[in-house]
Parts: sequence; C-alpha cells; structure tokens
Amino acid sequence: MVPISAYLILAAVLFGIGTIGVLITRNVIVIFMSIELMLNAANLALIAFSRGMNVLDGHVFVFLVLTVAAAEAAVGLAMIVLIFRNRETINIDRFSIMKW
Amino acid sequence: MTDYVSILSIDLSLVAPELVLLAAAALILLFIPLRKMVFLAPVIAALAFILSFYLAVGQWHYSGSGFAGLVTCDSFGVMFKLIFLLASFLSLLIARRFFVIKGIDKPEFYALLLFSVIGMMVMANTVDLVVMFLGLEIMSIPLYVMAAFNRRSLESNEAGIKYFIMGAFASAFLLMGIAFIYGAAETTDFRRIVADFSYIVANYRIYLYAGTALILVGFGFKVAIVPFHTWVPDVYQGAPTPVTGFFSVAPKAAGFAVMLRIFLYGFERIELLADIFWVLAVLTMTVGNIMALRQDNVKRMLAYSSIAHAGYIMIALVVGGSEAISAAMFYLVAYTFFNIGAFAVVTILETRSGCKSDFVELAGIGKATPYLSAVLALFMFALAGFPPTVGFFGKFYLFSAAVKAGYIWLAVIGVMNSFVSVYYYLRVIKTSYMDPYEGQPAVVKLVPSIFLVLIITAVGTLGLGFFPQKLLELSQAALFAFL
Repeated sequence: MVPISAYLILAAVLFGIGTIGVLITRNVIVIFMSIELMLNAANLALIAFSRGMNVLDGHVFVFLVLTVAAAEAAVGLAMIVLIFRNRETINIDRFSIMKW
Repeated sequence: MTDYVSILSIDLSLVAPELVLLAAAALILLFIPLRKMVFLAPVIAALAFILSFYLAVGQWHYSGSGFAGLVTCDSFGVMFKLIFLLASFLSLLIARRFFVIKGIDKPEFYALLLFSVIGMMVMANTVDLVVMFLGLEIMSIPLYVMAAFNRRSLESNEAGIKYFIMGAFASAFLLMGIAFIYGAAETTDFRRIVADFSYIVANYRIYLYAGTALILVGFGFKVAIVPFHTWVPDVYQGAPTPVTGFFSVAPKAAGFAVMLRIFLYGFERIELLADIFWVLAVLTMTVGNIMALRQDNVKRMLAYSSIAHAGYIMIALVVGGSEAISAAMFYLVAYTFFNIGAFAVVTILETRSGCKSDFVELAGIGKATPYLSAVLALFMFALAGFPPTVGFFGKFYLFSAAVKAGYIWLAVIGVMNSFVSVYYYLRVIKTSYMDPYEGQPAVVKLVPSIFLVLIITAVGTLGLGFFPQKLLELSQAALFAFL
C-alpha cells in the first residue's frame, strides 16, 4: 500500500507547480488552469487525510470544493471572454491599463 | 461525523435573515424576463435588507447552533450581520442612481448584491471551516461579477479579472490550509479543534502550523494585508464607484469576522502568531498610508486608505482579548459609516460626464456645491481620526487596547501613521475649497436616495462621535456570548 505521506507530497508538489504557474505566466487561461491545479492539490490532500483516518468527511468536502470550482470557472471564463471581446488579447501585461 | 441531521431538528430561525435575502434574490432573478417589472428589483432588495436587519436584531442574545453544529448563532455573528446589512443597504441606495446614469442599470446587480451578503452572513456565523469556506465563495463569486459590472468600461473589465484571479488564488491557499488543519485535527469543527488543541500541537505540529500559515495567507488576500494587497488599488479604481464603496467595507468586515474568530479563539496559543501579526499590522498601515500620499485619483487614494485602516483593525489581532475585539468591532461599524459616506460623495461627483474621480476634478466644488463638500470634509476628518467624529474614538479604543496590553510601540506607530494620513485626507478638503476652479461648473443633482445615504452616514459619523459609549457597550455586549 502506498503510504499517505506520498499523496501529501504529491499534493504539495502540485500546489507548488500551480503557485509558480500563477506567478510567472502572463496568459489568463493558463493562470486559471494553474489555480484549478492548486484547488485539485488541496482536494488530493483532503482525500488522502480522509482515507488515512478512515472517515468520510474529507470526501464530502471534496464534492463541495468541486462545485465551488465549477462556479468559479463559469464566472472566470465569462470574464476572460469579455476581456477578449473588448481588447482582443488575454495577455495580462497587454490588457493591463492601470498602473500604480 | 456521527451526529446525523434529521429534518425535524433543523431550526430555520437560526438562518432567517439569510433566508429572507435568498428569497428576495430568487424573486429578482424571476422578474428579469418581465422587463416592465425591472424597476422593482432595487425596491425588493431594499425591503429584504430592512426585513433581514429586523430579524437579525431579533437574534441578538440568542446563542445556539443548528444544522449539526455547522451554523452557529451568537451575538458576535449577529453584530457582523448588522454591519453587512447596513453597508449593503447604503451601497444599494447609492448604486441605483449611478447605474441609471451610466446606463448599466440591470436587475441582476441587486441579486448579486443579495447573494454576496448571504455569503458574508454564512461566513460570520459558523465555527466550521468547511462552511466558512463555502460562505467565502458565496460572497466572492458575486463580487467578481460586480467588479466587472460595467461591461463596456475597460477599467471595469480589468478590475473584474484581476479580482477574480487574486480571489481564486487566495481561495486555493485557504483551501489547502483547511486541508492541513483537517489532517491535523481530524475535524473541521472549530470547537473540537480548540478542545483537542494540546494533543494536536503535540502530535501534528507541522500540519497545524502549515495549515494556519496557509489560512493566514488566504485571508490576508481577502482583507488586503500588506504583502497580499497588490490587487486592491486596481480593483478599487476600476470597479464602478458604488461597488467600490461596498468592497471597501463589507467583504473586509466579513474577513475580519472570520479572522477574529479563528485566530483569537484557540489558535492564539500558537507561538509567534502575535509577533507575525505585529509585523503585518505595522507593514499594512505604513505601506497603505505612504502609498496613499502619492495618488492622483481619489478612488485609488481611498483604496490605499482602506489598506491602512485594515492595518489599524489588525491591532486587535495582535492584542487579543475582549477589549481589543470590541474595539475592532466598534471600528468596523464606524468605518462603515464614514467610508461609505465618502464613497457616496465620490459617486455623486462622478455622475458628471467624463469624470474619473481624479483629484483635479474636485477643484471648485466647495463653491459650487457647499453642502456636498462640507459633508465630504466631515468624512475626510473622520477617516483621518479628528476628535468630534467617530473616527477618533475608533482609533482611540484600538490604540488604548494596545497600550493596556503592553504593545506601546504598536500604538506609537499607529498614531504616527494617523498623522501621516492627515496629509492626504486634508488634501481632498484643500483641493475642493481652495484650488482654482476650471472648466464646466459642477452641476450635481441630489436625488432622495443619495440624500438619505448622506444623512445616515453623516449622522452616524457625528452622532456616534458624540455618544461613542453606546456603540462601545453594544460591541462589548456582542462579545458576551462569544468568549
């Protein structure tokens, strides 16, 4: 059996990749994908803990998080479409007009 | 979770204020297809806020929990419910006129406002981390849409997407933090975490510390603590002005409600946490004030000023104890009055065509609209913390709580920061009264709804300044059931 700590390390690595992705990429869609990766890393951690403790709370929580992520995706993608219509770019440096 | 919920054991009176808002939001969404009914949307929302306020007042001194312990109802939470309802009611009154003039008056806005207030109330009235997270998301997702509500404005679009990215990023941190806390404590119920605290610290110290740090980062983004504040100025400047007024008060109060609950009730036993908050509080007020000095846009200046005010409120997180928490609640109520009032004036001035709320546009309003600029001056004095206003007492109670707990330097830095902030608040007054007046005369039409907001906020700012004791007693009473 794979120990719980292995899943936790995987979750931490995925979370780190997601964080770096948000901080260094300029494309809004890729940033959004990185955020989803971070959420899923948290889901993985929840499932792993839940399995390790032999209780179901964590599993239920993951379903709630999936719902939240879907709602966020709906709003986020709508906004990305809006930006693309008005500016014809989704590069965050190019559509940014407010500075300091 | 071994305690199962039976339908009969659900006590709906616990969530009555939320249910009223939910029903109103559903009603508004149903009215959208009927174009002739659109004018009813703000009326329904306003009535719902009033009814919900009434029901929330009825929950005062009621303490209990329901839904298998997932929802709690105590005076602390009720106090925050009242703050959210007050802030959203005032923002609603401001928003209607502004949106009509800008041609973006859509009924959906009022439904979004209602939904986000429901989220805040859920956040403030739970001791379960899962429900807290859900409340946060119910609050945040409508806020993203509200920031981008002016679809044709490029600034508004940009504000929406920036708020969305930073908000979702923060939620991911928060969620990871909750996962770690869950791993350490085997539960997300706060009362059980506190009960087993020494066992958790002894066995799962790393998970607990990592989880606490991640939760702190998540909420740091939401209430705009300094290393996590970079989105604030852009979002506040780009969002429609009444929405900005709402942003600067209600979600911040919701974030602080949760932070006060989490970090002062159990987690204060983590070493170093008070020191971390000390550094963050000092950074937040100093950076907020110094950045506000060099702004040329009033909305952007108010954005940095709201960061600075978050820094003052954070003093309560450093100090802890009932006196500091009640001072923080006092400050949040006071801040609701004068900050929304300031945004109401900025909104009225922005209804002039082509106005972007830059400082230069304030020139001459002292002569053109003496009453309006007098009210603006009052709010600026309150924000700066001058004595006859409630702003002074808010700062006074926070700083004196810090001094009594032995954090002398924190209070000294806070007072010095208040002196720095006087410069940019007085600059608003100076520009509006003394600067030469160019271009078109400021024609500003006062409508009853905005007039009402100005009356409420001005009376609140001055009245509570003369009788601060009443509000302080109220916020101390709110803690009674909590601690």
